[in-house]
Amino acid sequence: MSSFENGWALTLIVFLPLAGAAAVLAIPKAQEEAQKWTALLFAGVSFVLSVIVAFQFDYGDAAATQFGTRSDLTWIGIINSNYTIGIDGISLPLLVLSGFMTVLAIIYSWNHWPEPHNPKIFSALILVLATGMNGTFVALDLILFFVFFEVVLLPMYFMIGIWGDRNKIKVPVIGLETEMRLYASIKFFLFTLFGSAFMLLGFLTIYFQSGLRTFNMQELAAGGVAEAELGNLAVWVFAALFLGFAVKVPMFPFHTWLPDAHTAAPTVGSVLLAAILLKLGTYAFVRIAIPILPEQAQNWAPVIGILAVIGIIYASLACLAQTDMKRLIAFSSVGHMGFVMLGIATLTDIGINAAIIGMVAHGVITGLLFFVAGSMSHRYHTREMARLGGNQKLMPMMGGILAFTAMASLGLPGLAGFWGEFLALLAAFNPMDGLSTGLFRTLMVIGAIGTVLAAGYLLWMLQRVNFGEPSEEWADHDLHDVDKYEMAAWVPLVVATLAIGVFPRIIFGATSDAVTAMVKSVFGG
Amino acid sequence: MSSPLAFVAPLILATAEEEGGHAVEHFGDGGVLAEFAWLIPVVPMVAAFAIAFFGKKSPLKGWGLAWGSMAFVAVYGVALFISNLIEGITYEGAISIGDIGTDASGHTLGLEWGWMVDGLSIMMYMVVGVVGVLVFTYAKSYMEGDIRFTWFFASFALFGGGMLVLVSAPNLIQLIVGWELVGVASYLLIGHYWEEHENSSAAIKAFLTNKVADVGLFIGAIIISLSVGSFRFTDIMEHISHGADHSTLAQYSFWAGVAIFIGAMGKSAQFPLHVWLPDAMAGPTPVSALMHAATMVTAGVYLIGRLFPFYNTPGFADDVRWIIIVIGTLTLFLTGLIALVADDIKKVLAYSTLSQLGYMMVAMGAGAYTAALFHLFTHAFFKSLLFLGAGSVIHAVHSNNMSDMGGLRKYMPQTYTTFMIGSLALAGIFPLAGFWSKDEILASIQYAGSNYTVEQGGAALANFVLVVAIAGAFVTAFYMTRAVSLTFFGKYKGHGHPHESPKMMTYPLIALAGFSVVAGWINIPGVTSFFTDGVAARFLAPGDHHATALNYGLAAVGTLAAVGGIVVGYFLWFADKDTQQERDKFRIPVLYPLLEHKYFIDDFYMDGIVRPLRGPVARAVDWFNGHVIDLVINGAGVLSVRLGKIVYWFDQRGVDGAINASAAAAGGTGGMLRLLQTGRIQQYAFLIVAGTVALVAGFIIF
Repeated sequence: MSSFENGWALTLIVFLPLAGAAAVLAIPKAQEEAQKWTALLFAGVSFVLSVIVAFQFDYGDAAATQFGTRSDLTWIGIINSNYTIGIDGISLPLLVLSGFMTVLAIIYSWNHWPEPHNPKIFSALILVLATGMNGTFVALDLILFFVFFEVVLLPMYFMIGIWGDRNKIKVPVIGLETEMRLYASIKFFLFTLFGSAFMLLGFLTIYFQSGLRTFNMQELAAGGVAEAELGNLAVWVFAALFLGFAVKVPMFPFHTWLPDAHTAAPTVGSVLLAAILLKLGTYAFVRIAIPILPEQAQNWAPVIGILAVIGIIYASLACLAQTDMKRLIAFSSVGHMGFVMLGIATLTDIGINAAIIGMVAHGVITGLLFFVAGSMSHRYHTREMARLGGNQKLMPMMGGILAFTAMASLGLPGLAGFWGEFLALLAAFNPMDGLSTGLFRTLMVIGAIGTVLAAGYLLWMLQRVNFGEPSEEWADHDLHDVDKYEMAAWVPLVVATLAIGVFPRIIFGATSDAVTAMVKSVFGG
Repeated sequence: MSSPLAFVAPLILATAEEEGGHAVEHFGDGGVLAEFAWLIPVVPMVAAFAIAFFGKKSPLKGWGLAWGSMAFVAVYGVALFISNLIEGITYEGAISIGDIGTDASGHTLGLEWGWMVDGLSIMMYMVVGVVGVLVFTYAKSYMEGDIRFTWFFASFALFGGGMLVLVSAPNLIQLIVGWELVGVASYLLIGHYWEEHENSSAAIKAFLTNKVADVGLFIGAIIISLSVGSFRFTDIMEHISHGADHSTLAQYSFWAGVAIFIGAMGKSAQFPLHVWLPDAMAGPTPVSALMHAATMVTAGVYLIGRLFPFYNTPGFADDVRWIIIVIGTLTLFLTGLIALVADDIKKVLAYSTLSQLGYMMVAMGAGAYTAALFHLFTHAFFKSLLFLGAGSVIHAVHSNNMSDMGGLRKYMPQTYTTFMIGSLALAGIFPLAGFWSKDEILASIQYAGSNYTVEQGGAALANFVLVVAIAGAFVTAFYMTRAVSLTFFGKYKGHGHPHESPKMMTYPLIALAGFSVVAGWINIPGVTSFFTDGVAARFLAPGDHHATALNYGLAAVGTLAAVGGIVVGYFLWFADKDTQQERDKFRIPVLYPLLEHKYFIDDFYMDGIVRPLRGPVARAVDWFNGHVIDLVINGAGVLSVRLGKIVYWFDQRGVDGAINASAAAAGGTGGMLRLLQTGRIQQYAFLIVAGTVALVAGFIIF
């Protein structure tokens, strides 16, 4: 095996963006072109490497860890935390997605720098974010995972806090008057940190109380050994992990940071937040919580399923009440992640496959929705849907892409979003043996009703935003339709939405065997 | 398999395995014709995308491509139809598009695209193709000068293509995909003139009503496919052919049957999910013609036909049939009555479609697969004819309302003649198409009454349904007489000078009128059985009853009802032409308001469900989000800041106390805020980077 396949490929994919960030920071502030090109170069090479990895990946053995480092590369010796990375069929699609979205984010930013204009720092933050995201998907050591998981917080915090929405809001209940960006960024940071603290606590408990003295995910998962050693503590450990992951997903009722963060964030921040950051939580359920604590996963599955379906209905209803387009899309994310979590809660291979394709589809589709919403609010200087009517007439291309994406988002069969939703419902009909079929079938029916509500809020959004005659107030505004940078960033997403919809093997080809093997090894049978 | 082509390789392998299809022994496999039948859905779909992207630059602005793709389907469909009559074709081909995991018994569940070529799908290919190409021909002239001409034909091709994806589906997944493609295309077409709020609302209504029904389709499809362990219709049919005794499906089949039927109720606009169809008139008239005839509304009937053995085999969903009969009966009668009070000529036809769909569903429920499909077949011709005729009239007088028409017989002779033929065919007058198919349905209901015991009292139910169906025939003839009288007879009440439509519009009318006359002759009991034999070519025999001789008594009663409707209509609206409009304004108390408000069902949906959900319920959830959940979050934030201040106060006073977690959190927050304000972010960001780099460096060194 070449060193490329022996960890170097993944290491480069993870840390090239970070090196890029350092390089961008070294460029004088005035040379914006150089900064942009440098950022694109580093992110691009990282993405291309992940594509090469995807092509070299052995799909016949998708369940095995590939491209990994030796597991004894000591990182923090004193706690036996090693630099263990690697990918399998579950993490591969997410890793590629992460690089893909990063590159598109940089391309989009080319002439869409949010205020206060500062391409240097902004693109450096995107790159730091990329390292955190990529790293999370390849880490096989709990501490390593934790570090990457946390690394994403800071760049996103600054993106929202500095480049965010400067409108004044009055925080309900406590009555504090502040700028949207400040409230949203602090809420985002502290809320997620709060969850992470519990997650870290969980990791440390596994390390110390299981007596295994290892953070290696695979060793901990093998034969359910860690869970057995934990005994009665296991339920609390799962609870701690659940809290950490559920905040990130986010699941009802831990989701309230998300609408604020999305609404306040600059366009690219929203895109990456929706497309990748939310997936860190769901991925962690599949990668860590279920394999290491399978019995607790079974005990908790009904709770997760119920919260997931509450999330679907709750978010859809909340969407119906929104007047702000970005906030509506943000709430819709909570609903979509509800389907992902419903799939995971069934603890079946179909459900987890559904969850992964659902994650990728949501990344692509909601990413695009935020791009479009961002570009529209950039032009109209408002996100109030009531004022945007007739957009289809003013900007036909923009309206068309918005309509396409909304259709994809409501789960139109033939486009990417359908598979995750439909197969999650399918999986809920026959959850894992031992889970209540009555409960999960009820969840299936309620979840299916949620798809109607989703169609409702998206179609009404289109009606308010796209249709009708445009308002007089835009008559003498310079409203140019989609520009070439937007085109370059969006067309790949449209193509991906279609491709995954028509040919879901693009995802299932990687995940199917890996998930089936994982479920078999974790739950037997 | 570590090759750069690893993504593609599994597909090629699977294709090699899957392709070639399976054929039932006593039918032919259709040869090359069936093997390439995948072109039938693919050509219009590709055309739709091509028109959307390049249509504006093409010489005919996209119409040519759309028309060509439909003409292709028509020719291919007719070729298959003939070849199916000769030898009977059952063929299925598929390519794998991904495995999704294993079912409860450990079988791998796979997703596939494929194409089904059997009697049922072939009949639909032909109907969609033939009616489609005629409607597309007409539409060129009708849509001339439209602001979104090219886009219209892209959506229109998608509409036809989606229907063909649905019809060609050999598995439930593809059926769902086609099902929703039809839905989205109809959304685009109904909302074609989206500048008007009313039109986009009608489009949304159609989409959402169908989406409600789709919940049923989804659940039904899930139950069936997981119980059988496959999405394929052939596997489902094979499962059913083994009987209900050891079937896993049988224990859920009542619910699965109901769920699937709810799905069918959406697309086929059965009471009380019919509300979207009359509003769908908002789209251009050619859309209505295609929607009401060949595509979309036939999908539900097709679905029940596709799964017919599931509904017709004892032990499976056979107990759902009485629900189908009852719903169908309600639909055929109640909606027929509404057609009597509509002033908009397209609405008359729309309610008429609902009523005819009710007939088809009743037939399916009565176990008469052939009769239901036969009515679908004949109805496709005369209903598209009527809609195109109505379009021709609307084109001439620039109004949908019959109160603006009258006396058009003189101005538009061809439209008048063909519309008349269509009306007579719809009314079921011998020997036009509608007579034969309606008669078959009546006969099958009668047969069900005397031979099936659907439940206790099944016979009584069937006899009641028969009476309603005959009464429905009376109503049909009645409202069509009204429509013809008000439109073509009496005095012209509109403005301007109406004139006959161009040839491009009248020729399709003439062709469809021809079909409306002869289409019924391919299935005359005891004489011809082309249709019956054609649609019987299935992997699993549908096993329905089909009359081999005409029941003269029943045919006479049916005809009498129709003639009765015409006669009463004649006296009410035709006899005294000068006062027909005044008499049409006569309002029967109670009944008229009830019909005018469409039994208040639309109002109930709007005021009882949609508005409360969008208004108070949604606002309550949003309020809960901001004021209850966030109360905890913001409250915790405020508390820890206060706590931090207290601790800080102690700390400053020299009290020896450790700074606890909340103080740190509060301090941290303040610190970050200061960072934001003083603009030292660059240093901070650099520190993060440097720190992480240091960590990595540490790992590499040690």
